[in-house]
Amino acid sequence: MTELTRRTAAELAEALASGETTSVELTQSHLDRIADVDAAVHAFLHVDAEGALAAARASDERRASGPPASTLDGVPIAVKDVLATRGLPTTCGSRILEGWVPPYDATVVARLRAAGLPILGKTNMDEFAMGSSTEHSAYGPTHNPWDLDRIPGGSGGGSAAAVAAFEAPLAMGTDTGGSIRQPAAVTGTVGAKPTYGGVSRYGLVALANSLDQAGPVTRTVLDAALLHEVVGGHDLMDSTSIDQPLPAVVAAARQGATGDLSGMRIGVVTELTGEGYQPGVQQRFDESVQLLVDAGAEVVEVSCPTFVHALATYYLILPAEASSNLARFDAMRYGLRVLPEGIEAPSAEDVMRASRDRGFGDEVKRRIILGTYALSSGYYDAYYGQAQKVRTLVSRDFAAAFERVDVLLSPTAPTTAFRLGEKLDDPVAMYLNDLATIPANLAGVPGISVPSGLADEDGLPTGVQVLAPAMADDRVYRVGAALETLLTRRWGGPLLARAPELAPALRGASA
Amino acid sequence: MPEITRAEVAHLADLARIDLSDTELDHLAPQLVVILEAIASINDVAADDVPPTSHPLPLTNVFRADVVRPSLTAQEALSGAPVEPEQQRFSVPRILGEEA
Repeated sequence: MTELTRRTAAELAEALASGETTSVELTQSHLDRIADVDAAVHAFLHVDAEGALAAARASDERRASGPPASTLDGVPIAVKDVLATRGLPTTCGSRILEGWVPPYDATVVARLRAAGLPILGKTNMDEFAMGSSTEHSAYGPTHNPWDLDRIPGGSGGGSAAAVAAFEAPLAMGTDTGGSIRQPAAVTGTVGAKPTYGGVSRYGLVALANSLDQAGPVTRTVLDAALLHEVVGGHDLMDSTSIDQPLPAVVAAARQGATGDLSGMRIGVVTELTGEGYQPGVQQRFDESVQLLVDAGAEVVEVSCPTFVHALATYYLILPAEASSNLARFDAMRYGLRVLPEGIEAPSAEDVMRASRDRGFGDEVKRRIILGTYALSSGYYDAYYGQAQKVRTLVSRDFAAAFERVDVLLSPTAPTTAFRLGEKLDDPVAMYLNDLATIPANLAGVPGISVPSGLADEDGLPTGVQVLAPAMADDRVYRVGAALETLLTRRWGGPLLARAPELAPALRGASA
Repeated sequence: MPEITRAEVAHLADLARIDLSDTELDHLAPQLVVILEAIASINDVAADDVPPTSHPLPLTNVFRADVVRPSLTAQEALSGAPVEPEQQRFSVPRILGEEA
């Protein structure tokens, strides 16, 4: 029997359906794995063994007495700490929310519970999802399971590391500028950002409303599609939620897994390759493109000239929206309240200033100040207004490209995982990690990152990103699954099988 | 592209209601200059006639039926209060200046 934690979610769902295992058994296997390796990986900020096992028991009882609540009923999951979980701490990786227990569930979380997925715990992230390395978490960084001295990407490094280290078969992430896809690329896992509005944002603590999107973090494309189907679709609680049926993502993933891409037109984005991309990343990307050609796809190069301005646009729009959103942390109704020193009978405003200084980390302060600047009178037109116009141009580039091709392709991240600490105090170098992922957020289109191999120079994972028009999420799953099938065949097994074994921590042995 | 001075950063921090220490100001101000230089490139990109995008997908106002739905109880809404609520209300520091 293959160890349960090594199997895909789809395989686990089958094992549950056939009665080979129980949800309690596989939830416990993952909790044991967390106990073994998470001291080294630090993917989790909070583990809820009791709650997960209770949900697992309920799932087993359900199966024993009738039909399961969903395909994934009983398959455990880890949830990024930016999604509100009733009764479970939700900190967003920030001191300002330390110990906060939401009185409600995010819609995504409510759907996971209704579908019977036991929630193992909450995963680490850059504070309020601001970052590309999880080093901006107030609770310490997550370590990349491929090399514990390196970053797991960000902001959702905890979710990506949890699935890469076999601590969870599935995880939820959120992607504002690449926070699902970039961690997937640097940890050798799969991450999908749905069409903006495809998955409810209700209960997702907002970073930038017009960019944020929750989505699946998994080890295979099919697993991502299965999870997408559970959490996606219209929600009355989110006014930006799309009131249309979800694209048939699971069917598309299964179709793609045949490895046949006849008739598919694929565009390689000129502006997202070449200069600035690590040689090993580029090499694996070029090989992936060739495999797609061999699979029957028609591949052409497509230019999206304004993509070179996407990064700058993003770093105006995001801080502007974030500085407004984070104004809610005022120390009055929830979260940290700090009384300023040396002030007798401080006012609410004094308390707010002191609390925000203590509660927010460096990167959050940087972005709040930047956003406040971009929105201040005199600069609004030059910065924020201009950025909104360039956003229009980025969308037009996508629209023009999708008249010629069905999907666009690029490397997901320009480099493999860098060392912890390497870019921590160099914001611009850190921001460059999101170069290729940001355009999709600006235009609201869906994307997926799938592993493309290991870079020759450092032996670390690289990723390929597939982008499609809004509401054509099925295409990214089809092409992603085809690429996964072709590459896995070539490697003789999944890429993660090549990751180093993590030494289990001593557990329960000493007195 | 205007330079951003340390004094301006202090003013922005004030607007954003964050008490930044002198050390933090020394650290942040030069970093913001570098970030602004990096994003200055967009200034000449879009022509005047390009409409701004505030939201990736076109949406009109979204309404719901005016019916009562389940919501938080007062106790739940107050459950995260940083100090003990009083009479089912959040307890906050004084909100007015002393010499009004």
